[in-house]
Order: sequence, then structure tokens, then C-alpha cells
Amino acid sequence: MTRKPFILQNPSVLIVLAVLAVFTLAVTLLSQAYGTGALPTSTVKVLGKTLCLALAAVAMDLVWGYLGILSLGQMAFFALGGYMIGQWLMYARTEVIVAEALAQNPIPPTPQELRDGVTNQIFGVVGSADLPLVWSFAHSLSLQLMLVLAVPGLLALVFGWLAFRSRVNGVYLSILTQAMTLALALWLFQNDSGFRGNNGLSGLQNIPGLDDVSQARLSVWFLWASAGTLGLFYVLAAWLVSGKFGSVIRAIRDDETRVRFLGYPVEGFKLVVFTLAAMITAVAGALYYPQAGIINPAEMMPIASIYLAVWVAIGGRGRLYGAVIGAVVVSLLSSWFTGGRAPSVHLPGYVVNWVDWWQVALGLSFVLVTLFAPKGIAGIFDRIGGLARPRRHGRDLGPDQGALQEREAKA
Amino acid sequence: MTRFRLLAACVMALFLPMAALANPALDAVISDNLGQIEKPSRRSVQPLVEQIAATGPEGLALLRAWSDRRLGLTAEGRAVIVDGSSVLDAVTGQPVFGVEPRMLRPNSGVRGVIDSAMVAGALNDPDARRRSAALDALARGGTPEQLAALRAALDDPDPVLVARKARLERLLTIQLDKDTQARVAAIRDMAGDVSLDFRAALNPLLAMQRVVSAGQPQGNVARELEVGSDALPRDAALALLVDAGVLQPRLTSAEQRGALAANLRNGQVGGIPVEQLSDPAARDRAYDALEAAGAVPPAATEAEAEAALAAHRFFDLYAEPSPEVTDAARAAQIRAQLRLGAMTGIDLGLDALSLASIYFLAAIGLAVTFGVMRVINMAHGEFIMMGAYTGYTVQTLIADRTLSLVVALPLAFAVTFAAGVVLYRLVIRHLAHRPLETLLATFGVSIALQQLAKNIFGTQARPLTAPAWLEGSVTVNDVISISSIRVAIFVLALLFLGLFLFIMKRTRLGLEVRAVTQNPGMAASMGINPDRIAMMTFGLGSGIAGIAGVAIGLFAQVTSELGQGYIVQSFMTVVVGGVGNIWGTLAGATLIGGLSKVIESLNPGNTLAAQTFMILFIIIFIQFRPRGIIPQRGRAAEA
Amino acid sequence: MSALLEVSGISKTFDGFKAINNLSFTINAVELRAVIGPNGAGKTTFMDIVTGKTRPDVGEVRWGATSKSLLKMNEAQIAREGIGRKFQRPTVFEDQTVADNLTMALKAARGPFAVLAWRASAASARRVAELAAEVGLSDHTHRKAGELSHGQKQWLEIGMLLAQEPRLLLVDEPAAGMTLAEREQTTALLCRLAENRAVVVVEHDMDFVRRLNCKVTVLHQGSVLAEGSLDHVTRNPDVIDVYLGR
Repeated sequence: MTRKPFILQNPSVLIVLAVLAVFTLAVTLLSQAYGTGALPTSTVKVLGKTLCLALAAVAMDLVWGYLGILSLGQMAFFALGGYMIGQWLMYARTEVIVAEALAQNPIPPTPQELRDGVTNQIFGVVGSADLPLVWSFAHSLSLQLMLVLAVPGLLALVFGWLAFRSRVNGVYLSILTQAMTLALALWLFQNDSGFRGNNGLSGLQNIPGLDDVSQARLSVWFLWASAGTLGLFYVLAAWLVSGKFGSVIRAIRDDETRVRFLGYPVEGFKLVVFTLAAMITAVAGALYYPQAGIINPAEMMPIASIYLAVWVAIGGRGRLYGAVIGAVVVSLLSSWFTGGRAPSVHLPGYVVNWVDWWQVALGLSFVLVTLFAPKGIAGIFDRIGGLARPRRHGRDLGPDQGALQEREAKA
Repeated sequence: MTRFRLLAACVMALFLPMAALANPALDAVISDNLGQIEKPSRRSVQPLVEQIAATGPEGLALLRAWSDRRLGLTAEGRAVIVDGSSVLDAVTGQPVFGVEPRMLRPNSGVRGVIDSAMVAGALNDPDARRRSAALDALARGGTPEQLAALRAALDDPDPVLVARKARLERLLTIQLDKDTQARVAAIRDMAGDVSLDFRAALNPLLAMQRVVSAGQPQGNVARELEVGSDALPRDAALALLVDAGVLQPRLTSAEQRGALAANLRNGQVGGIPVEQLSDPAARDRAYDALEAAGAVPPAATEAEAEAALAAHRFFDLYAEPSPEVTDAARAAQIRAQLRLGAMTGIDLGLDALSLASIYFLAAIGLAVTFGVMRVINMAHGEFIMMGAYTGYTVQTLIADRTLSLVVALPLAFAVTFAAGVVLYRLVIRHLAHRPLETLLATFGVSIALQQLAKNIFGTQARPLTAPAWLEGSVTVNDVISISSIRVAIFVLALLFLGLFLFIMKRTRLGLEVRAVTQNPGMAASMGINPDRIAMMTFGLGSGIAGIAGVAIGLFAQVTSELGQGYIVQSFMTVVVGGVGNIWGTLAGATLIGGLSKVIESLNPGNTLAAQTFMILFIIIFIQFRPRGIIPQRGRAAEA
Repeated sequence: MSALLEVSGISKTFDGFKAINNLSFTINAVELRAVIGPNGAGKTTFMDIVTGKTRPDVGEVRWGATSKSLLKMNEAQIAREGIGRKFQRPTVFEDQTVADNLTMALKAARGPFAVLAWRASAASARRVAELAAEVGLSDHTHRKAGELSHGQKQWLEIGMLLAQEPRLLLVDEPAAGMTLAEREQTTALLCRLAENRAVVVVEHDMDFVRRLNCKVTVLHQGSVLAEGSLDHVTRNPDVIDVYLGR
């Protein structure tokens, strides 16, 4: 057993990075700011956002495909990351606007007046006059960037510690994660939560200090940043799941009890992966929302996290590239079909309007994928890659009934 | 006016021989005060009304007509009472023909004066309805004279009215009696009563006024306030001092800035360069310089404010001068509040019970399928929605509400039973023992069904109206009441609990279900078809969801998202209650329903926060009872 | 000779059924012991309690020279103390290769960050190869464990136990489903293992126990009925009564 370099053990990482680089280059060359202009800025933004969603899907795959926890609360971390960066974006930009307005006065403003002006501008809409405590660091980009990691990380750590410690797992854990994200969303929906209630944070596409840069350029910059971050975290995730650590977490997925008897602190492993995934998701969110321009609590309703699970399942869980493919394909298809641009299908006596029927089609196709192609789209690559199915001739399956089992073993 | 009255007198003289005067005193009052009668003023009409009332039954009849806007004046200046098509002379009671009376329209204030004057007379009216109406009028407020009249008229042939009169006498004594001891006694008599009128009678007695005083103030002191406490923040204390004229108003920063801007000279204010004025201390210095120069009015400094605060004390004074009365009133109010609290608690309990019944109905199907197959059906909420839409569709076809409900309940069961069986056959059966994948697959079904409902029924809410006998509510007193629909849902939940227990404990199906739950392999070898049992339980669970849907639709709007609102609570109910046990579901529903209501009552008007706390509580609860309130026991559960 | 594991006065009730009833039991640091008993005698529950899977209602379980209590520890901590367990049904990680399975079981720091920092070395690879050879899976190291036969899985699991280098080995019915040749191999292995550690074998099969040729403890209704050599206990009238029948 000689040790091969990490990249050689995982040729798929190289392929994904290469595809990502080619994609980024192609979009740049077709963009309005740096290329032919074939792609409108809005499309570049959609593609950039899609890369962020793919990153969230990679994190979801770590938690679900590798660790076996079907977390239905991942988008809570995504939105929290967005909120954390959004605080700075909104505060800093409002500060610039308010400072300009106050400069019209003959008397220069005091710091207090400036702060009051900003507070009034941001929170007037929810009828609050004081800057909430949670905005204490909003003036500082570096502090808010730290919070992007710290807040979702801490939430995941505390929640995970509570849940794993009491050995809640399987369906119970899924429901609990769903409850967590619902509780968070409901809390943020309140006007006095300190995050502007259902107004959310807006105007995030305007980056303070970059007023001279056009949105066309910004969109490409964000695409680069998203692609770079996706590449970086993809490699990190691939490295994480390739070694002994990956071995242990997959073992936890398949038979938690047995791993305990090997002496591994299962809760510790779960906590590390869950928290890390939460932080990766938060980074994805922090890159996503400046491109989306607005964030509100509806973004973290449980349904969003379930969609994330759907993407990963359709892409193929337990394979990182599957998660990326699933997120990209399904989210782009979804926005195409629900955007009203897809041509209607004319049946005799009925016109299938995709805006109305896409959800139905997605739901049903999801059922079909779960039933007939549990490996998702990535299963196709497996077959092409010649990863021949092991022939077990119907022998005993994996120990945990809930584990990801290889269908062929049933043959 | 004089001319008119002269003319009227002449006309009256002409009529005199024709009709004998039945009530000359009334006639005289009318003719002397024609102007007042025509254009009465609330402030001055009182003596006139008393004069008219004193003239006897005709006077009272006139007053009643006046108050009811049935009194008119003829061109000749005679008062007539118009009743439908008949017109009667107010003084003689004789019919009058061929006149076009101008109807008088006294305003509500005047009518109040008239009514209160009539009350005293009406208390002894032979007609019980009139007496009752007089008591109603008194209950809205009275005068000491009316109190005396009431005391004189406490006897009544109607026992109900006797009680009302006695009660009203106590209430009016509290408000109006001159004798402090009598008022205190009346308050003590009624202490513990929770009715609105008693509480309303106490409130003015305990009304307070905030005063500033250098020493001990005159009057009935409720309490002395500490500056900086919750009751009296420092800013409020300063505002009181300013109102009392002992302190100059303090300068707000906006006013200061305005004053500075107005005195901007050559880039300097009070000798300080304008660039430095972003510093509050520099602004203060500039303002002081301006103040010294007399360019701006003086403003209170911090030291002056402190001194004024130190020199004064702050008190709440009762408007009511007698300390004995206020003490008694406060004691009575505390007792009333305690009893009120208890009643509100009971009301809350009833609310919680009805909410628990709804959660129970919504969760029972979920619990059945989860208990037997360890499968979470994410489409359960959509089955609830399906049931509600079935009810709506039936109602569009059958007009009779009761009949349509009778048809809708079994039909909803049948429809969702069939849907559940189909879902089982097509999807769930093939995902046996893969609970997470089942969860996701049924989620796919859920989004498809939701969109399908939107496509069929549209996005706007559809009404599902309850039959008339379910509208309204069961009211116990001012505090405790519960709507009939909720009572019906409670009964429905009980019914289903009974039915479910019957099926599980007394039927072959129940026996087989229990066998499959405990050991599917063994059950299969005994000749039970686990697949069929799973299908039946799944259908049963779905069918109950359909019935829950009809019940929920009766008080909530039917939309395609109806189920979504209940699904998380249903999950919580199952998880908290414990799996595989109907009593667990019942306990879970009770806990969640009760807790929601309690949290809501602690934090009224903020249901979002209440739901957040609720979910947090459940997450923490799971820490301590991971297997729910009523866990599955035995070695199997430990594995 | 000091006791490695000392179980004293433990009881465990499941829903009114006394699975373990005031059981006391001692294992020395180097010893091979067979535990026999009819179904429901509490053999599996006993192993569950020692490995931390189940907590007894009363009683004490003490471990090692310092006699530390095992009852406050969780399964993973107990396993790290050096108690290995082999399940009745082979439980290996079917989705992973034989080498991965063995690598995971190798004695090493178990914390998540330590595992993250762990790198395969020449020594670890050699150890895995050794273990694979010892359990006869040298040719299969790169196959997924799920593809192995039932017997091979049993062996892989024994290999994983060896990789853990436990001081006490609890083996639940190792001979179940094995061929005669495999049984002999297993007997030899267990005897060899017991040369420098404690091994407790729970078994039904009298022939197999006889082959082990060691001290036997008979459990009945949750407590010790008899203890001694197999010949000694089989002559015990109580044992004949409850276990062998008449």
C-alpha cells in the first residue's frame, strides 16, 4: 500500500476544478463588462448565485451524503451568513448616504447624529429608534466577516451538541433541524428581532466604497469570487472525505453503534462536520446575497432547506460532484421553468403552462429519482467511470436499515 | 319669536272651547318654553325636563316621545306626538287631523338628560320592560337624586329585577353616595365580583394623578415615586419639573444645532470654528458662549436639572379624596383581579384544549404511520388540505350546510384513504426501511400535490362554512367563552380517540397492526400479510388526516398551504408524545396545545415570538426525553 | 493475580423482566473464559452493560488496576479503555474496503482532529497488511467489505478487534454459521489471543466450549449458577437441570 498524492486518489477533483475554470472563463468572455456582452448582467448574476447554491449543496452533501444526517435546516445557516454580511453592506452604505445628506447642514454632524441618522434610515420602517444590540459590529467589515463564520458556526455547535448528545438521530433529527430553522425564521419575521422583520435587508447589491464600479463589472467579480470559493471548499471537502476522517464519518453514517465500539467519539465527529458544513454554507450565503440584493426571513423557511436536499438527492448524494451537478442543474431548470420563459406544451384540450406545472413535475420527478435512481445524476458518471457494481448476489446488506444501501446488492 | 308666540296664543285661544285642557300645567310649561323645546341645549334643558316630568303621566309621555324623536310641533305651536300614521295632541291626548307637524330632533346629549329624568319615574312604571330599560339607563351612569329614587323603588314584583335593582344600588352607592362609610361598605359587599360593571365602577376611584411637590403634598397619596425607577424614568421626572415651571426645558441636540446654525458668522459660532462642531463638547462650549452673549435663550444645565430633582419629590395622588374608599377599592380590585386571573386561566385552558384537539386530529394519522412503519409522511399536511377541499367541493354541490357536512366527513375520509393507499402502493412500499428517503419522496409528493391544488382551486382562499348550529359560542360569563366549532372539534377528537382505541384493541385489524408493529417477521410467519397491514394503517392514518382537514377548514380558510401550517406542529406532537402509542400522541398534543396558549398569553400580540419559544422548548424537551413523554418500552426500544 | 474486570451486584430490569439479577463476576488480566447459559439467561445484556450500551439499575462495574468505574463512561470511552466487542452478526462497514475497515480499527488517537491529522505511514500500512494476513484476507484488502462472504466478514471483524489491541475481548457466539474448519481456526485464534489478554466468549455450543478448554461460567436467569471447568459445571445438578435438561 503506497500512498498516492491526494489529487491522484481523487481525479474527480481535478475534473471539477477544470470544468469550473472553463466555465468561469467562458462566462467572463461572454459578459458585458469583460467580453462580447452575449450574456446580460442578470444572467451572470444568476450563474454566480448558482455557484453559491452549489457550494451550499457541497456542504449539504458532507452532512447528509457522508455523515448521514438529513439536515433540513441548512438554509438557516445560508441565510444567517447572508444576514451577517448584509448588516455591514446595509449599514456602511446607509452611513455614506446619511453622511452626504447631513453634509448639507451648515454645522457638521456629531458621530451620534450620524448614528441616529443611519438608525432612522434602516429601522424607521419597523418603527424602531434605537440601533439593536445585534448591529453593534455592523460598522466594521472585518468583524461582520468574522460573524459570517462565527454566528452560524456557534448555532450549529450548540444545536448539534444538544441534539447529538441526546442521541437524537434519523427522522427525529431531521424534524428537529426543520424545527430549528422554522424557529429562527419566525423569530426573524418579528419586527423587534433587530433584523427589520419581514422587510429583511435590502440594497445589498451596492457595495460600499465601490460606487464607481458598474453592476456589470461587480457581477463578474462576484462570479469569480463564487467560483474561487466553490473550488477552494470543494477541494477542502474532498480532502476531508478522502482520508481516514472520511472513512470514519461514512462508517458513522452506516453504523453509528459499531463506530462507538471502535472507540471513536461519534458525537465529536458529527459536531465537527455539522459545524464545518454550517460555516461553509454561511460563506456561500454571504456570497449569494450581495448578488441577490435582498434577503428576508422567508429565505430560511424549512422549504428552502428541503429544496437543497432535493438538489443533492437528484445530483447524487455521497458524491461531492453529484451535489454540485444537482444544485446547478435543478436550480437553473427551476428558474428557467418558473421564470415563464419555457414554452408551454399544447395538449389536446389543455395547455400546460410551466409556471403552474413545474412544481408538479419537480415533485414527481423527485419521487421517481428516489425510487429508481437513488444515486442521482452522479450514478451515470459512476457507470461511465467503470465503477462496476460489486456482485454480492443478494447477501446480507449493511447493518443499519436507514443507511445508504447499494441497490444492486438486492439483485 | 315674540310675534310667533303671540300668534300661537291667539290660535290657542281659538281652539280653547273645542277641547277641554286635560293637563293645564303641562300646557303652561309648553307654551312658556316653546323656544327651549324647539332648540334644546344639553346644558340648560334640565330644569325644563324636570318641570315637564312633574306635570304627571302626560308629561312623561311627552318626554318619552321627545326622546324617541316622535314629538312634533304644529304650525300653531302645539306639541303633538306622532306614532306611525296617528297624530295625538301631547297635552290632551286627543287625535289631531290635518296637520303637518315639524318633527323635533333633539341631540343625544339632550336625550340623555330626558332619559335620566324619566328613569326615576320609570322605576315604578307598571310595565316591567320600562323598568328594565330604566335600569339599563341607570347602569350607564346616574345622579344622587336617581340613587335616592332607586333606593325608594327597590321592591319589584319581578325577582330578576329585584336582584338587578339591589346590585345597581350597590354600584351607584360606590360611585355617588356622600357617606364614606356607606361607600366602603358597598365596595366590601361587592368585592370579589369579576363583572365588567363592578370593575368599571372601581376604576375612577383608583384614578391617579402625578404631582411634583417640594414637601408632603395635599390629598390622598397613593405612593411616592423614586426618580429613575421603572415607574418614573429620569426623563419623565424632568418633564414633570418643566411642566410644573420649576425647571427650564433642556435643549435637544436638534434645537442646539438649529440655534448654532442660526448664529453662524464667518465660519465661526461663538468663536469656535465650524469644523470643530462635530464634537458635542465643542457645541456645548459654542452654545454657552452664545448664551453669555445673549444671542440665544438660556437652557437648563445638567447641574440645574440635578438640583431641581433633588429639591422635589414625586407622588401619585388619587383623585378620590377619601383614603378609606381608595383602600377598600384597591383591596376589592386586587380580589377581583385574582379571581379574574383564575377565570382567564380557565378560559385559557379551554382554548388550549381546543387547540390540543386540533393538533391531536392532525397528528393522529402521522403517529399511526410513523408508529407502524417508522416512516414520516411529509405529504400528510397535503392530505389534510385534500380533506378540506373535499369539504369545500361538497359544499358547492349540496346547499344544506348540515347535510353537506354529514356527506363531507365520510367522503373526505374515503378520498384521503384512497390517496394514502395509492401513495403507499406506488412509493412507500418500495422504500421500506429507508425512512430518510421516504421522507424525501413524500416531500416530492407534497410539493406536487400543493401545486396541483393551486392549479385546480386557484390561489385564493376558499370558504368552508359551518352550519348555523355550530356558529356562535358557549358563554359562561364575561371572561369564559368558547366557540361552538371548537367544542365540536373537541368532541370529534374524543370520538376519534375512542374509535382508534376500539380498532386497535378490539378488532382483528388492530391485533394484526400491533403484531406487525412489534415483530413484522414473526407476524408474517403467522400468516399476517405485513404489506397489507401497512397499507391499511397508512390508509387509515391518511383518512383521519382528511377528516381533520374538514374540521380545520371549518374555522380556517381553505388554501393549498393549509396543511403546511399544521405539519410541523403535527411532527412535534408525535415526537414529543412518543412513538407508537395513541396516549403519547394525546399527551403530546395536550402539551403542545397548552404550551402554545400559555406562551401566547404571556406574550400577547406576538404569535411569532410565541411559536419561536414553543419550538425552542421542544428542542430542549427532546434533550431530556428523547423518546417522548410516553416512550416505547422494553428491550426493543433500547436497541 | 489482580482482576481486570470486576462486576459486582448488578441488576437490570426491562419492563418488569429481570434480565440481570444481582450478577457478580470477575475476569483476570490474562484469562480465557466461556460464558454459557440458555436463551434469556442475560448473556447479551451482560455484554451490553460492560461495553456501556446499557446502564444497570444497581451495581458496580470496575476496570483495571485502578478499579475505575465503567458506569460513568460511554461506549466510545470504554472501547478506548481497551474493551473490544465482537457482535454475533458480523458488523463491518460494507461500503468501505477491507483495508479501510482495518485502518479505522488500528490503535490510534480517536478524536476528530487527531483523525483529521492522521496520515497513513509505512508502519500503519504494514500493520494493516499483517492483520489482513492473520485473518486470511490478504488477497481482498482492496475489495469492499460488503462483497465478502459471511465467514470472511466474521474474520474481518476479528481482524478489526485485533487492530484495536484490546485488553479485554468480548466475543458473542463466534462459531455461529461457521464451517467445521473455520471453527477450529477460530478456536486456535481465541486461545492464542488469550495468551496475553482477557477473552470472554459467550457461546451456546457445548462442543465449541469444550474445545476452548477453559473456565466456564454458567448464567441462569440473570445470575451466576455455577463456575469452574466444563466438566465440573456439567456435573453440577443445577446446571443439568436448567441448561442441559433431563
